[in-house]
Amino acid sequence: MSSILRRGLLVAATAAALVLSACGSPAAPAAPATSTAPAPTSTSTSGLTVTDAWVKPADAGMTAVFGTLTATGGPVTVVSAATSASPRTELHEVVMNGGAMTMRPKEGGFVVDPAAAHELKPGGDHVMVMDLASPIRPGDQVRVTFTLAGGGTVEFTALAKETTGGEETYADHAGMNG
Amino acid sequence: MTAVARRAVLLGGAAVAAGGVVAGAVALTPGPPPVAVPVPGAETVAFHGAHQAGITTPAQAHAVFTALDLRRGSGPDDVARLLRMLTDDAARLTSGRPPLEASDPELPALPSRLTVTFGFGPGLFDAVGRGGECPAVLRELPAFATDRLDPRWSGGDLLVQVCSDDPMPLSYALRRLVRSARSVATVRWTQRGFGPARGSEPAGTTPRNLMGQRDGTANPAPGAELDDAVWVREGPDWLRGGSMLVLRRIRMELDTWDDFGREGKHMAVARRLDTGAPVTGGGEFDEVDPRMVDGRGIPIAIGGAHVLRATARDPAERMLRRGYSFDDGPTADGLPDAGLLFAAYQADAARAFVPVQQRLAESDVMNQWITHVGSATFVIPPGCAPGGMIGEALLG
Repeated sequence: MSSILRRGLLVAATAAALVLSACGSPAAPAAPATSTAPAPTSTSTSGLTVTDAWVKPADAGMTAVFGTLTATGGPVTVVSAATSASPRTELHEVVMNGGAMTMRPKEGGFVVDPAAAHELKPGGDHVMVMDLASPIRPGDQVRVTFTLAGGGTVEFTALAKETTGGEETYADHAGMNG
Repeated sequence: MTAVARRAVLLGGAAVAAGGVVAGAVALTPGPPPVAVPVPGAETVAFHGAHQAGITTPAQAHAVFTALDLRRGSGPDDVARLLRMLTDDAARLTSGRPPLEASDPELPALPSRLTVTFGFGPGLFDAVGRGGECPAVLRELPAFATDRLDPRWSGGDLLVQVCSDDPMPLSYALRRLVRSARSVATVRWTQRGFGPARGSEPAGTTPRNLMGQRDGTANPAPGAELDDAVWVREGPDWLRGGSMLVLRRIRMELDTWDDFGREGKHMAVARRLDTGAPVTGGGEFDEVDPRMVDGRGIPIAIGGAHVLRATARDPAERMLRRGYSFDDGPTADGLPDAGLLFAAYQADAARAFVPVQQRLAESDVMNQWITHVGSATFVIPPGCAPGGMIGEALLG
């Protein structure tokens, strides 16, 4: 790399960092945290809180539940899930496999560390809902129960919202065994 | 040039050459680290509460009113799904967060006092099987002699009103709300309005409309007076704590108004343009004295002056006028296409908007320059608690 180019990149990086710090700070909400904090979808004595839970609508076959998992005490492991929408649910992750995004069951479940929220999102970890008993339409609610290592459970409600984001096209994988 | 300034300029040049951000160069001058200064954009208005926000909230600079129609065959379940999604979206957007399924937190991050307010038209009552309970005055307003209503700006099953001091979060909020709604409803009309920029005059100053008048001088004072005028105190649970909205699109003949003499403009309203004070004397918040005469015994305020006709004649006629200007012009011929989105909130439209508008339709000097070209009426249901849903009492 030429010294001129290197110097340019360094200056650009410095400028960008300064801009970030200058714009980042005021973006903090002025209102009290209570009014801006997401209302928890679930709270429990199990040490796990689930917020912002939602589910992708689907007419049949498969879909997925997403949300934010926060461990309020020590680390928590979600070992299985059940929903009101189908008799069959799995905990999945998405991995790169030969250049393609592939879903597969998450070995050992979702391990939630208290240091960082664990995001379930399109293109990442999610709760796979299979063999839908009836269509999930936008605005429908699905009850979800997590079973934790140690036997505790956490219940929450996921709201159905439409998206084409992180398109894993669950319906196309209807033959998948998980 | 000081050494510091010279260094900043040099670095600034380098930043530009490297495709960096010029603004960053200024910050390179030595000094204390930037302090977090609260910005107006971060200000939020609580969505949850006994009443919906966006009514007694001091008017934001920008507003959009969108009327949705439920898709044919929609029933109570569909309406509940719709309101569940919209309530969730609104609670997030007004606190500066994206909808559940959205992945761009920057867009709603600075809501600038964003509010989202929902209203129920007669068609929504029909869809949930409670058509008979829709207040008669909202199902059909009386026809006023001066009306020239265009269906394009009239009616609607569900009103989505979005207000913000910044059109950026407002635009994002509307697009996400409509996106959530579209599987259940179609868009009937959208009307955008604006007021003075935030901070252009001290907070609480009565805004001007496009005719130059201070518009809203007679509004009930914030507090008990405003609450009494706006909120429904008695009646069914789905209405108590709510309000009634009459939204009228009023076209203004600004070309002829602009050429009308200044004294004539004062007489048409019975208030002065500059201060908003009555032509009979006093300050903006004094009432016009219809009995005051000049040296020849002629009344100073003419009988058909707008304010004399529009002033509430009993407490039930009080309403909150929370209007926004619109400007869709100029036309190809260079004429204005502008006016006022007149939004009146009241506890009972049959006893407030209707009698007042009947008087204005009978006689108002301003009728030469203003025409009502759109009309829509909505029940504003009460607010909801976190985890609740707007309209839960009607759907329950």
